[in-house]
Amino acid sequence: MAEAVKTVKVTIDNITVDVPVGTTILQAARMIGGDVVPPAMCYYSKLQGSGGKCRTCLVEVSKGSEADPRPMPKLVASCRTGVMDGMEVKNMTSPKVEDARNGVVEFLLLNHPLDCPVCDQAGECHLQDLGYQHGKQGTRYEFKRRTFEKHDLGPYIQLHMTRCILCYRCVFTADQLTDKRSHGILSRGDHAEIATYIEKSLDNNFIGNVIDVCPVGALTDKTFRFKNRVWFTKPVNAHRECKCCSGKVTLWQRGEEVLRVTARKDQWGEVEEWICNECRFEKKKTTDWTIEGPTHVSRHSVISQGHYENTIKPKETFTAVHGGRNPQLLMDIHSVSEVNDPSIDLSQINGPATSDVYNHSTKQA
Amino acid sequence: MASLTNRAKVLEQKPMSFMERLYLPAIFKGMAITFAHMFKKKATINYPEEKRPFSPVFRGLHVLNRDEEGRENCTACGLCAVACPAEAITMEAAERKTSEEHLYREEKYAAKYEINMLRCIFCGLCEEACPKDAIYMSETFAPSNFTRKGFIYSKDELLIPNPVNDKEKYDIAKGMREAQLKNK
Repeated sequence: MAEAVKTVKVTIDNITVDVPVGTTILQAARMIGGDVVPPAMCYYSKLQGSGGKCRTCLVEVSKGSEADPRPMPKLVASCRTGVMDGMEVKNMTSPKVEDARNGVVEFLLLNHPLDCPVCDQAGECHLQDLGYQHGKQGTRYEFKRRTFEKHDLGPYIQLHMTRCILCYRCVFTADQLTDKRSHGILSRGDHAEIATYIEKSLDNNFIGNVIDVCPVGALTDKTFRFKNRVWFTKPVNAHRECKCCSGKVTLWQRGEEVLRVTARKDQWGEVEEWICNECRFEKKKTTDWTIEGPTHVSRHSVISQGHYENTIKPKETFTAVHGGRNPQLLMDIHSVSEVNDPSIDLSQINGPATSDVYNHSTKQA
Repeated sequence: MASLTNRAKVLEQKPMSFMERLYLPAIFKGMAITFAHMFKKKATINYPEEKRPFSPVFRGLHVLNRDEEGRENCTACGLCAVACPAEAITMEAAERKTSEEHLYREEKYAAKYEINMLRCIFCGLCEEACPKDAIYMSETFAPSNFTRKGFIYSKDELLIPNPVNDKEKYDIAKGMREAQLKNK
């Protein structure tokens, strides 16, 4: 069978690779890996039909193919362009691509609000990374950013339409994963927005995956809303027996509390296996899960701060040396500090904490 | 033994000259220097009565800022806490309710905000990291205390007085430096 697969040679940033016929440039670049991979905001290898919308993956094709060596006249979207034999592609080596990508990022940020300090996606946001790499410090846009009426998508999913970059990933996810899609894009152009047509909560068992595919903070987990910043939580791989999904997830913990459950993501930030809503939203106890160990986090991510993998805990020698006596606690931090109050279990609150949660606890104390 | 660097010098120990052996000239020279210092300008001040002006870049006790309408600026983004090299800052966020819009500027706010002054090294990175103009380092020292408990500063201690309800105290807090400059 192996001979049946025809391969073609493609050169990306002077690195040649053999790929099967029908591969896109982006996929070929991902086979090489490293810095030659163009960024992608809308393309998602697990979703059919995705890609071609955000234009961040633009590359320059300096040689069309062996048969027709003319360069392509314009930059092409690498997620949607198939490779040809002998094709030569320039990504990071082309100043034209760099310039175009800066422009695309500027366009994406035109209407994007600067509410990263409030947004729960901050720290794992692809647009944040992209803006950091390609963005300028200021904007040239002089008009009002677009705003939308708020849509309530039910108890689990929070929609912030102002943050949306219209990548359509969530629409494809709902279309391909669930049997009845109840949300989509309404209106056109500048007014286009993700919404349900009549106020309708999204309640399919796999609809929670739209949170994971969202490259920005437009769709976020309501049960995790404002609970903590992602870089202060500890990601660990865990699994459980689940009837409807693989049950393989990443838990985002604070101490022993499970603040958030997400699917495991690969190095391109794509979900490895879809998980169901029960795993994602309802199993917020450490005892529900079998913990495998810390998730691998790229060193460049802010989440890697204070995150240690492959650690060996040294043996506690104090009690052995002191003849079985435990160290004496001079001060219990909870007697002075109100933060991380053991009487408040944030993971058990559905939705964000409000002043009620905190005022109630001080009365008890 | 062969030297490693060829830079070693043999120490010469000469016998002391007559003047050096006399001993007293060196003593008087030293005393003259000490005596001359009595007429020079003093390097110290009588601290609690007299105070030195702070330098404009002085980094003292933290202040949590409010906007002109008296709403808290802090949105609990956690950038000060992640920037803090001493891990002195902790916080917990909450969502603003519709009835609380006059209290907090943004949809999310810091319900709890604590700085452990025992840990703080007054480096000013929190002030630099803050995207919301919410934390500032003022021109005061952290007061001393007898117990460790007194050094965990919560929002009660850190927040600047409300400019709407408590204009006078707010002006004092804001104008500390200007007042000092006038007194000089």
